[in-house]
Amino acid sequence: MKLGKFLFAAAAVTALSTGASAGTLDDVKAKGFVQCGVTTGLAGFGAPNDQGQWAGFDVDFCRAMAAAIFGDAAKVKYTPTTSKERFTALQSGEIDVLARNTTWTFSRDVNLGFEFIGVNYYDGQGFMVRKSLGVTSAKELDGASVCIQTGTTTELNLADYFRSNGMSYESVVIETSAEGRGVYEEERCDVYTTDASGLAAQRSTMSDPSEHILLPEIISKEPLGPLVRHGDNQWGDIARWTLGAMIVAEELGVTSANADEMASTSKNPEILRLLGGEGDMGAQLGLPADWAKNIVKQVGNYGESFERNLGTTTPLALERGLNALWTDGGILYAPPMR
Amino acid sequence: MATETIDGPKRGSLLNDQRTRAIIFQALAFFLVVVFFIYIGTNTVRNLDALGISTGFGFLDSPAGYDIAMSLIPYEATNTHGRVFFVGLFNTLSVAIAGIFAATILGVVMGVLRLSKNWLVSKLVYWYVEILRNIPLLLQILFWYAVLITLPHPKQSIVFFGETFHLNKRGLYMPEPIAGDGFGLIVVALVVALIIVPIMSKMAKKRQEATGQTFPVFWTSVALILGLPLLAAAITGFPVTYDYAELKGFNFKGGMVLRPEFVALWFALTVYTAAFIAEIVRAGIQAVSHGQTEAAFSLGLKPSWTTRMIILPQALRVIVPPLTSQYLNLTKNSSLAIAIGYPDLVSTFGGTSLNQTGQAIEIIMITMLVYLSISLLISMMMNYYNKRIALVER
Amino acid sequence: MTDVTPSNAPGQHYPPGQHPDLPPPPGTVGFVGWLKTNLFSSIPNSILTILALYLLYSAIPPIFFWAFIDADFEGASRTDCASAGACWALIDVRFNQFLYGFYPPDELWRVYATALVLILAVLPVLFDNIPFRKLLFINTALLPITGFFLLSGTGSGQDALLQTVETPQWGGLLLTMVIGVTGIVASLPIGVALALGRRSNMPIVRAMCVTFIEFVRGVPLITILFMSSVMVPLFLPEGVNFDKLLRCLIGVSLFSAAYMAEVIRGGLQAIPKGQYEAAAAMGLGFWKMMYFIILPQALRIVIPGIVNTFIGLFKDTSLVLIIGLFDLLGIAKTVVTDANWIGLIHESYAFVAVIYWVFCFGMSRYSIWLEAKLHTGHKR
Repeated sequence: MKLGKFLFAAAAVTALSTGASAGTLDDVKAKGFVQCGVTTGLAGFGAPNDQGQWAGFDVDFCRAMAAAIFGDAAKVKYTPTTSKERFTALQSGEIDVLARNTTWTFSRDVNLGFEFIGVNYYDGQGFMVRKSLGVTSAKELDGASVCIQTGTTTELNLADYFRSNGMSYESVVIETSAEGRGVYEEERCDVYTTDASGLAAQRSTMSDPSEHILLPEIISKEPLGPLVRHGDNQWGDIARWTLGAMIVAEELGVTSANADEMASTSKNPEILRLLGGEGDMGAQLGLPADWAKNIVKQVGNYGESFERNLGTTTPLALERGLNALWTDGGILYAPPMR
Repeated sequence: MATETIDGPKRGSLLNDQRTRAIIFQALAFFLVVVFFIYIGTNTVRNLDALGISTGFGFLDSPAGYDIAMSLIPYEATNTHGRVFFVGLFNTLSVAIAGIFAATILGVVMGVLRLSKNWLVSKLVYWYVEILRNIPLLLQILFWYAVLITLPHPKQSIVFFGETFHLNKRGLYMPEPIAGDGFGLIVVALVVALIIVPIMSKMAKKRQEATGQTFPVFWTSVALILGLPLLAAAITGFPVTYDYAELKGFNFKGGMVLRPEFVALWFALTVYTAAFIAEIVRAGIQAVSHGQTEAAFSLGLKPSWTTRMIILPQALRVIVPPLTSQYLNLTKNSSLAIAIGYPDLVSTFGGTSLNQTGQAIEIIMITMLVYLSISLLISMMMNYYNKRIALVER
Repeated sequence: MTDVTPSNAPGQHYPPGQHPDLPPPPGTVGFVGWLKTNLFSSIPNSILTILALYLLYSAIPPIFFWAFIDADFEGASRTDCASAGACWALIDVRFNQFLYGFYPPDELWRVYATALVLILAVLPVLFDNIPFRKLLFINTALLPITGFFLLSGTGSGQDALLQTVETPQWGGLLLTMVIGVTGIVASLPIGVALALGRRSNMPIVRAMCVTFIEFVRGVPLITILFMSSVMVPLFLPEGVNFDKLLRCLIGVSLFSAAYMAEVIRGGLQAIPKGQYEAAAAMGLGFWKMMYFIILPQALRIVIPGIVNTFIGLFKDTSLVLIIGLFDLLGIAKTVVTDANWIGLIHESYAFVAVIYWVFCFGMSRYSIWLEAKLHTGHKR
């Protein structure tokens, strides 16, 4: 406790000395790293690997921010958060940005005082069942036992869906996705419901993935995106354009392999603006001129990050689907960088 | 020291007066606590303001929007968070009461067996106690849940009592009695029996004190409580029908069901707490001097009477206070339900409702107050009981 | 009993007092006798014995076969476990995670060093006849500081003596021990203060202490942990925040302090009034009386109680998995979510159950031993 008191006092003193500081960017620069809130473990999106290093699609966003600010994608520290504590963690300043497959909803954006800076994954709630049940549609699930993770919008969507279709179900509530998989594999429930990407992630780690199918119904819109605190617009802009730069880089064909080369040889003014060869976008954000080049070089563009963590070569084997570029039939669309 | 006169303390500075110092010290302590709470309060208000969460209890009237698998009162997703609170509270109470009941029986049996002259039985109970009370309860709950969900699938249910009971990984399905016409008479009969029994036992006690004649209170009570309703049932022609559980689609429908979440929690709480109760009972019985038994035997009392009239009343005095804290622990431990998704107060109201509304402070405070009230209530009841059985010194 | 044995053979006469000792009647000594008196002394007893034997027969052999005979001890994933029994390869491969969580492998020596420091710190508290006890006590007093810097490091960067290891990387038995030991060490001073406050003559102080103690003892630990993980960030001014582990430690410490206060109050009540009066007669003030006379005696009596509180706390640390910390049980749950090891939950639980059991059982034996020792010392 003595130590605790000491730390309390120390924290209070630092708070007094830095409490009046201007913005998150200055704080982050001063401490030398981005404190990023992530999940406690969701395959593909954010989980510690064998060496205990965090990796995943959401984690890549944190790394991209660090690359933009410091020119070094490794300058991130991760705070695993449960669905219960994620919002208080962001609000209290424990984390600078929350990249934790969080659904962008009206009440979270408006009521809770956060700013969603964009959508990095378009998702929707789906159902997974065993093939052996012979179910082909969610409409046939009347009377089923449904495994569902507590503390999420999925619980409300599920209740709405079954009620509007006049069906009943038995909910089997679980705390984490890892538990849910165990309970589902033991057949405590017939159906597992969560975001479709999460279902794919779950299925990939089943003992025999081919035994399970995802039902065609997607019962909700789940635009997942990173968020920051309301009120610090500069920090919000940096986060928004970090994501924007990754998407634009894919649109322009800039990859981690050719970023350096393109910066010096390209004649395309858009590419030059992105990579810092023209204009002063970096300075306007309060960042170095080569901020976006660092993102693409160290983390990769949106497509690279997707393929590395979620794509068809990974155990998750997710198709781009809605998350393909608008030019390829998806709805991924970044505002122009000019 | 020796040269000082004995005039009593000098009226020196006020600071040296013990009573003044006590007042100053208390005022200071009180002041600090108040400042602490004001500090926390202002911070919280400011933070909630920034988060855009309105404080207050208005959320209790807003619709919850999610379903709960097990409820003792009618509940639907369209009901309010206020109703969720009661659903959770009753689920907590039901598992706590069932746990206290079963743990007491198992604990007393184990405690008595621990003192058995049978070497093997005594050793077995010793290891039961030592193994179970030295492993975290949470682990035991998770273990029993993991065991229960390896039971067969509903389609291969274990069937007993002629296809009326079905046991599978989704629960134990039983026929549900449904009251027909004239069921009220049975209830009336039960109430009448419950009123007669205490009066009778008081009269019997009076008679025994006056005349020394005894009356078989226990068996008469059992006969009354079982017999009267049964008689009423016979008169009205057994107005109870049963709703049997049937396999329809994915699951059994109808009937009553004990879900594995409930059973795992209840079972783990029971065997864990019973290990502690066994030790308490053993210590209580050993605390009664052996001379008491010998004296009772020399008076010609039967062994069963000796246990009932001599040993138990004395042992209870030692047993009841620690037993109270075991009951309190069991009730508080029932909050571990959240680990396996049993919808108790903490996992429904304190979990999902908290997440949906963001009213962390109100909800955690209400939850804590509920447990505090339950604890105080159990303490009060047990203290009352303890006072009744306590040794009255003349 | 009609056998003719030399001792009761007819015709033998001995002078009074010279009769050689008769052998005990058959069936009262030896193995059979032991069986008769201990297992089959009466019909109900015999039934109990047979029931117990059946219980043992139906429980022990299957468990034994599962855990040892049919088990696989080596392999790289669950597919290497071909036999029907347990798959201990999981424990083999993930052993370090069970013990240290995600602590960087290069820095593991610091965990060992901390363990050594901890053992040296605990020894003089537990046993009063070991050599260099005074010297070791200095180490004990410094434990919070040495432990903190050893585990969490002195800073990051090239020139730092010990690289910082973030608390999310701590886990497994290490985290369980950190929470348990910190909880008990921190709760001692708070508990003493609360116990003294509860026995104080000052009504306001007493009321505050009683309120705190009864409130904390009346609510489940899990609600306090929720409070520390969800509510505490709201209590602090904007921009100030604690590490999640630290918040959890504060919650656990306050929780165990309330229980500790009651244990210590028991010790204070056991000190005869004469001790207080004698101290007051010597002219000692309240704090000196407590420091020199009362507390040394009271704390000595309650060491078994403190150990029992610690056992309870040690088991309760498993609850932190509910707020997302990877303690021993948390690790046990997460390792079986790896695709390579999925479904081996029984092995994982069994392993951590054995660890918990060894610690708790060992401590409870110590407590019993100490109680017996102290009891003789205080017999009048």
